[in-house]
Amino acid sequence: MNVISLSSLDLMLAASLVGVLAVVSIIMQLGVASRLVIAAVRTVVQLLLIGLVLNTLFAHVHLAWVTLLAMVMLLVAGREVMARQHRRFGGLWGYGLGTLSMFVSAFTTTIFALLVIVGTDPWYAPQYAIPLLGMMLGNTMNGVALAMDRLTNSAWQQRGVIEARLTLGHEWRVAIGGITRESVRVGMIPIINAMAAAGIVSLPGMMTGQILSGTPPLEAVKYQILIMFMITAGTGFATMAASWIGARRLFDERCRLRLDRLIQGRSH
Amino acid sequence: MQACGCAQRHTLWGYYKKENSLSTLHLIELAVLELQPVSVLLQPAECICLTGPSGAGKSMLLRAVADLIPHDGDAQLDEAKCSEMKPSQWRHQVGYLPAESHWWSERVGDHFSQPPEDGFRQLGFTPQVMDWQVSRLSTGEKQRLALLRLLANQPRALLLDEPTASLDAVNVRNVESMIGDYRLQHAAPIIWISHDAEQVRRVADRVFELKAGVVQEVGP
Repeated sequence: MNVISLSSLDLMLAASLVGVLAVVSIIMQLGVASRLVIAAVRTVVQLLLIGLVLNTLFAHVHLAWVTLLAMVMLLVAGREVMARQHRRFGGLWGYGLGTLSMFVSAFTTTIFALLVIVGTDPWYAPQYAIPLLGMMLGNTMNGVALAMDRLTNSAWQQRGVIEARLTLGHEWRVAIGGITRESVRVGMIPIINAMAAAGIVSLPGMMTGQILSGTPPLEAVKYQILIMFMITAGTGFATMAASWIGARRLFDERCRLRLDRLIQGRSH
Repeated sequence: MQACGCAQRHTLWGYYKKENSLSTLHLIELAVLELQPVSVLLQPAECICLTGPSGAGKSMLLRAVADLIPHDGDAQLDEAKCSEMKPSQWRHQVGYLPAESHWWSERVGDHFSQPPEDGFRQLGFTPQVMDWQVSRLSTGEKQRLALLRLLANQPRALLLDEPTASLDAVNVRNVESMIGDYRLQHAAPIIWISHDAEQVRRVADRVFELKAGVVQEVGP
């Protein structure tokens, strides 16, 4: 089996579906038409660009280039996590907290998979490293964003309760413990659901892609399982790290609840 | 001065249990936001009332004493400075009762490690209150239970923010006498925010007013 190459005309046909959708949404006055079109254009441009970048990268395999691309991906993911917060930490923390958690967790899991499990040569072979890291970051980003949003919002809403517990002499860990645990749970639920529904409700995108490109389904399934487990571990640990460090950051050295460290992000 | 005052009190309150050592509460140049620095020394079992217009910063001052908000200056319980003590330990010993109580669990009993059965009875509850749902408590019930919850910690000093604000006359008296008993039994110094001039007369050894950012002693 070989890949059936898609022509520009094929893509135009697919685009026309989105075009029809945009027209219908204008008629129905949904107010999403312009966002829909802009997002569609962004998809085309961004994917073409990354295609070009990957093409070049595959032709010039070098650790420095792989690292550079990985860093760009991480920084964009960090920005995305920050932008999704209703209330986020002010200053460097707003950006650094999510980015650092993702860095530690996603990079560790990806490098572990490359070195120990897949065993690519060289270990940073971009054909494996970049897609793996991309999937890790994409999912970790969701988990961390959800968890951080829950953490800061709950702390804001329940500040009276937190302070009541501090007042009674509870440690900050105890005072905010329920909120921290809830945040981690919220961050991990999407990936747990994804694992539970995999193969029955949804055929995961990566597996679908491999099958489409001619990989035997069982090989694709094995890769998908690997990816699922990596994503789960990566998301889980990143979510825990972000929630725990975030919770700590909500208190100062005298264990006072410092909600003034949060700033209002854009509402959504 | 200070040592002399303590010694006097010591003979006076000589029957106190040893573990409940006599405590002085000393605010040392304590300043927060727009408030002028406050220095007050409370003797063991002394109750000072803090009055003043709403929004003047009375609650803020108590929150600073409880070390819940950043502040300048320091507070001292006996010889132990707040800034040199573990925050949780300080707050455990300097019990702050906010004007509005907050509850983290559904069941009342989950908020008490030791059910204060005498206390329940004294404030008009039966021990079954432990199984009540917090969401079904009235404001007044919450206020009384919050006081019991605080006193169950056996704090050595009390910071009370309008502890009787939403209570009827009978319960006001009950709460006042409970706080009075606690104060004598534990020789606990008390800072008590009140808007009720009658109450101030009943409970205060000294009265301070907070007005335009300045705390001033206005009478005994």
